[in-house]
Amino acid sequence: MDWITTVDHKKIAVLYLIAGGFFFGIGGIEAILIRIQLMKPMNDFVSAQVFNELITMHGTTMIFLGVMPIIFALMNAVVPLQIGARDVAFPFVNALGFWTFLFGGLLLNLSWLMGGAPDAGWTSYTPLSGSEYSGTHGVDFYTIGLQIAGLGTLIGGINFLATIITMRAPGMSYMRMPMFTWTTFITSAIILFAFPAITVGLVLLTFDRILGANFFDVAGGGNPVLWQHIFWIFGHPEVYILILPAFGIISEVIPTFARKRLFGYSSMVFATILIAFLGFMVWAHHMFTTGLGTVANALFSISTMLIAVPTGIKIFNWLFTMWGGQIRFTAANLFAVGFVPTFVMGGVTGVMLASAPADFQFHDTYFVVAHFHYVIVGGLVLGLFSGLHYWWPKMFGRVLSETLGKWTFWTFMIGFQLTFFVQHFLGLMGMQRRIVTYLPNQDFDLLNLVSSVGAFLMGVGVIMFLVNIVITTRKPVDAPNDPWEDGRTLEWSIPSPPPEYNFKQTPLVRGIDAYWKEKMAGHTEMTPAEPVGSIHMPSATPLPFVMSVGIFIAGLGLMFSKDDFGNAFMNGLFNNYIVVIIGLLITFGAMALRSLYDDHGWHIEPEDQDEKGVRT
Amino acid sequence: MTTPHAEPVNGKLPHEPEKATLEGRNKLVGFWLFLGGETVLFGTLFATFLALRGQTNDGPTANELFHLPLVAAATFILLVSSLTSVFAIQAMHKGKRNALALWLGITVVLGLGFLGLEIYEFYEYVKHKEFGMTTSAFSSAFYTLVGFHGAHVAFGIMWIGLIIGQLFRKGLTVVTAPKVYVSAMYWHFIDVVWVFIFTVVYLLGKVG
Repeated sequence: MDWITTVDHKKIAVLYLIAGGFFFGIGGIEAILIRIQLMKPMNDFVSAQVFNELITMHGTTMIFLGVMPIIFALMNAVVPLQIGARDVAFPFVNALGFWTFLFGGLLLNLSWLMGGAPDAGWTSYTPLSGSEYSGTHGVDFYTIGLQIAGLGTLIGGINFLATIITMRAPGMSYMRMPMFTWTTFITSAIILFAFPAITVGLVLLTFDRILGANFFDVAGGGNPVLWQHIFWIFGHPEVYILILPAFGIISEVIPTFARKRLFGYSSMVFATILIAFLGFMVWAHHMFTTGLGTVANALFSISTMLIAVPTGIKIFNWLFTMWGGQIRFTAANLFAVGFVPTFVMGGVTGVMLASAPADFQFHDTYFVVAHFHYVIVGGLVLGLFSGLHYWWPKMFGRVLSETLGKWTFWTFMIGFQLTFFVQHFLGLMGMQRRIVTYLPNQDFDLLNLVSSVGAFLMGVGVIMFLVNIVITTRKPVDAPNDPWEDGRTLEWSIPSPPPEYNFKQTPLVRGIDAYWKEKMAGHTEMTPAEPVGSIHMPSATPLPFVMSVGIFIAGLGLMFSKDDFGNAFMNGLFNNYIVVIIGLLITFGAMALRSLYDDHGWHIEPEDQDEKGVRT
Repeated sequence: MTTPHAEPVNGKLPHEPEKATLEGRNKLVGFWLFLGGETVLFGTLFATFLALRGQTNDGPTANELFHLPLVAAATFILLVSSLTSVFAIQAMHKGKRNALALWLGITVVLGLGFLGLEIYEFYEYVKHKEFGMTTSAFSSAFYTLVGFHGAHVAFGIMWIGLIIGQLFRKGLTVVTAPKVYVSAMYWHFIDVVWVFIFTVVYLLGKVG
């Protein structure tokens, strides 16, 4: 009950981590099944229909329900601490964001149990995803489930923007913020300007499928390419939403374990902003073979290649940070150092794909699959592993086992390279993406087998990480404030896990890497910016949960509004949109309650401010 | 912030009560951000409409459908309602609760008038012009764009209505003032979107 009503960002971080980990596991199992099917030519492990459902759900689950929540988990756990805030700007909205995401994700994954998952690919291109070619409820689960989960992400993004704008400690100017906070800030801005586009796109597709509208139906005057534009105008910024937080994590971990400040801090900030801006300028590079014409292709080629410049700046800054540092290869740092060359490889294949004529050859082959797995798995997932090993003591008060962490790194890294390195060549040899099987003796056989073996190794790596978590959870909560002993930013200046109010006294920030600066000045803790006093806290509330349940009910009601259930009562409920109305009434009722009853919160008095955070 | 509904100091509210507390300032920042997202949402809808406005699929065209006097009346009503919400905020800055509630009430009534006209317009199209959601790509885009705006108006009416109720129950305080302020911001946003709809949908539909 405590977990359902919580508005504490540290607990919401744990919720995000559990839910994200759960969906990440589902997405991983889907990936393993895909690789089993492709292990040998002419395999019939799964049917073609199930294979389509697997690839669609693997992509959708991993991106929207797997890695994004884990990113949000780290943001929630770390960003308020890094800026010296006692709380986020909107604790209630933060909780609402989590529950909305969770119920959207549950709705999407219910599809496996309710007559088939979406099967039109994660990009859900029309007309394949229209009612003519996807007559079952599969794609409805995609449109409505993603819509609800996207809403949660959007309000989460707004919350972080407002938090970073308004809740910084005295002295924490923008150009003194830690890099992870910066990337969170920029990522949230991308979320704010990208997600409404997919909201509209999904609404249009829903209207096409459920109300019989003609947006993408050529027979009614619609235009399928419109879907591609709307999807990628969101979808390309989305991949930067994924990678920028990883950049932030790497920019925290590498300086900590090199015992040097981040090289080129201001150029890092500038490069992040530039990448975010350019991320909105390149969406049509996903559509080179759609037939937009040579001028459009040329322009989008150039703008795409431009992104290599700020990215290159970042790569070299990380290398220069390590240069001459006293590097310690802890598990977290192994992941961070492994990230750099892997991500560069993904970036280089990206530049190759950015060349429109070459893309006519690469398009829809395994070369593309290799490219985006290098940047999303080799970039983001390694970054997340790094961040989880790095901040685990701060979140839970227990240090993860270093030995197991290193084993995790090597199995995962070797498995990853085996899986995806060979896919470059599969693609160049012409193996198509999203294909259920292939003929023998086309030189595909061995490489696919290698790829599948690598996938199993990655699975073993993830299992090792889970074992590590289980073992660590049985240890006592004994992590010191600064378990790595070289912590540079504010989150290491308070207990692990932090008390509910984070900072007993708001710290005074005197420069970049505020905590390190105090250490160098001979202090053991931050200089406070205020006297000890009573701390105001927001109250826990079940309303976010209730609101999300309402939206969930409304979504299910909308999806089945055209079905015949074979009995009059159910038909009456669904076909007259009564279920939708009930769901919306629950949600709007909860909103009204929230508005009408002021929640004054409560106070923690100074005499009660002397314990660590109490955690699971 | 000891008592949330702080009694006005010396019987007087601060000049800008919506910015008097951290919560209030956060609310304003967060709402500006939210409106940024809404802008992208409507931008995408406008782009969709512009892409499909010529695809009438042998159904009614924009030129045949639109009756400009009706739309002009709706536009006038909505623009005036924006003005009355400005008067409401000015009354709030002077600390006059009753004047504030009155102006907000006028805003809501004007909003209802606008919504009534829009419902009447849609009803006419569906009933007499055989122009429904499924008629053509143009009709789908028209109803989605204008309907989204209408839904925003309806939500705004309910929201501001609730806030008027709160003003009488709790009075004008540093807690209710930010709520009034952001709802007025929302109302202006709806108004700006309508100006674009009036231009892109109706005027272009008549001449383009």
